[in-house]
Amino acid sequence: MSLVIAEQVRKVYRTGETEVEALKGVSFQINAGSFVSFVGPSGSGKTTLLNLIGCLDAPSAGTLTVADTNVASLNRTTGAAFRGQQIGFIFQDFNLLPVLSVFENIEYPLLMVKKTAEPERHKRVRELLAAVGMADQAHKRPDQISGGQKQRVAVARALVTNPKLVLADEPTANLDHETAFMVINLMKQMRDQFGTTFVFSTHDPRIVGEAEVIHHLEDGILKGSELKGGVA
Amino acid sequence: MNNVIKIAIRNLLRYKRRTALTATLVTLGVVFVLVFTAVSSSFKDMMISQITDSMMGHLQIHRKGYVAAIESLPLNMNIKPNGFEKLEAILTQHKGIAAYSPRIKFGGMFSNFMETTNIRLNGVDPQKEFATVPLLPERVVSGAKTLNRGEILVPELLARGMNVKVGDTIVIVATNQSGSVNGKQFRVNGILESASGPGGRDGYVHFDDAVELLRMEQPEISEIAVRLTSFNSLTKLSKQLSAALGTETNTLGKPMFELHSWEDLSPFAKIAKMLNLMTIFIKAMLIAIVLISIMNVMIMAVFERIREIGTIAAIGTPPATIRALFLVEGLCLGLFGAVVGNLVGIGIILIVNLSKLTFSFGQQTGLVLQAAIAPSDIIMVSLIVVVVSVLATLQPALKASKMEPIEALRHV
Repeated sequence: MSLVIAEQVRKVYRTGETEVEALKGVSFQINAGSFVSFVGPSGSGKTTLLNLIGCLDAPSAGTLTVADTNVASLNRTTGAAFRGQQIGFIFQDFNLLPVLSVFENIEYPLLMVKKTAEPERHKRVRELLAAVGMADQAHKRPDQISGGQKQRVAVARALVTNPKLVLADEPTANLDHETAFMVINLMKQMRDQFGTTFVFSTHDPRIVGEAEVIHHLEDGILKGSELKGGVA
Repeated sequence: MNNVIKIAIRNLLRYKRRTALTATLVTLGVVFVLVFTAVSSSFKDMMISQITDSMMGHLQIHRKGYVAAIESLPLNMNIKPNGFEKLEAILTQHKGIAAYSPRIKFGGMFSNFMETTNIRLNGVDPQKEFATVPLLPERVVSGAKTLNRGEILVPELLARGMNVKVGDTIVIVATNQSGSVNGKQFRVNGILESASGPGGRDGYVHFDDAVELLRMEQPEISEIAVRLTSFNSLTKLSKQLSAALGTETNTLGKPMFELHSWEDLSPFAKIAKMLNLMTIFIKAMLIAIVLISIMNVMIMAVFERIREIGTIAAIGTPPATIRALFLVEGLCLGLFGAVVGNLVGIGIILIVNLSKLTFSFGQQTGLVLQAAIAPSDIIMVSLIVVVVSVLATLQPALKASKMEPIEALRHV
């Protein structure tokens, strides 16, 4: 069953009178529960595509459906609500809120977005803290933990609302090789544990092979897709 | 909402020095307004009290046109006995009038048998006059604080100039309405301290002596000074009395009487209005201080946290919640400034009162400053600060809530 369906998706950015076509008619499908990566050099359109799938932007042309919702139909408020319910985000720079502790950062989407009741909220946060191995760091602030730990917290925050899809834009770009592998393995482990679909972008050849489905992007065009062990 | 407040407070505390500076600025603004309002309103109230309670009364009633010619104290514009009866009937009907005093105002020649000078005099019933202007006896700097027939209270400067002391005999010569001149001997019973404002350098004689001196067949009065039970009801009672007086017309159908409040007759009213205006100006400055300082700090906060705004927007925080996060930050700054400012302001007012600071007003010296702030003023200043804080935060908060997450996340 396809969670994401893209049909001839185009994205054009306009700066003054200059037009830049970041995506030139991209079509693909992402199945629920899969572990997918978009690979390509800088400027290939990876981030643009992830932004579109994440309902942070709308395509200029074509159709993009995420969890049976046409991304183009969402406005600022409904888009926020949709993201809060269906999508989790992991950022390259971790983007944890510095005024909140590790526990509170993970709790934030349940508290401020889903408005989950406290007992259920705390139970879920503790579950995620244990899952990402950060239970003993729960009360530390982001500036008191390492980059790898921050990304583990970010993974937990992305998963805490039990979303159908987690998007990670270059999640290992700011991490050393060992930590990068650890984070990718954690994401895979979370997919196995919670059945969440993971989509991430990378241009790091060491990480690419960890994905089960790899889509190759170049100059805004999908050059090809491969399943681990064969062409998709 | 508690979570929004918690996050807002933590965001304020992440830049402690900046928050402290802004809060201090707001606090200082509140303190300045409170202390200025307390001191200026106390000064104003004391001055008004000096003017109304020592000579003018709160209201004065004259025959129509008298006030326009008051400098010449025209006897031909006095109120006839039947007019006075009508006025008494009106005054006794109105609740809220504590006392009233009919006066005969006239000019005369004051002689100590060696020298002669001019004097303005009030012929008064001492019981009614002291009830209407209770601080008048306090102005007697030497002699008795009473006034009986054959006695005169002489203004201080005139007594000094004419070398007159308590117990001396003097002669007052006055011309009556028909032009005949009459003289009468008086014993100086007291020396009156001069007061600022109209009538502050007048002498006082007994009402019946004035009637006799002016050879009035029946007493005709120049004015009635009125004292109200509560000064705060001045405007309301003025309107009621004006309406009642308006029904009394002469044969031509024109109003017989005119009513003036102390504000209409005393130049100090303009100073009082200026003080009110300055208070408004100071409050406007407070608004500017709060507006600029909080808006500045909140614009900075939004600019510094663009990526954070992008993050929370991306993970699904509704725009209204993002807006609330910033509004509550501004509100907390304003509330803190208002609360601390009120406490410090009240403290300074207490210190001012304990210091027993004195000041002079006109001829009066050694008046002790009793600064006081009304609870309504504290509430008003606090409301101004809180409302302006929220208004100052509105623009940055709206900007944050309208930010496109994708652009905010790209911000470096």
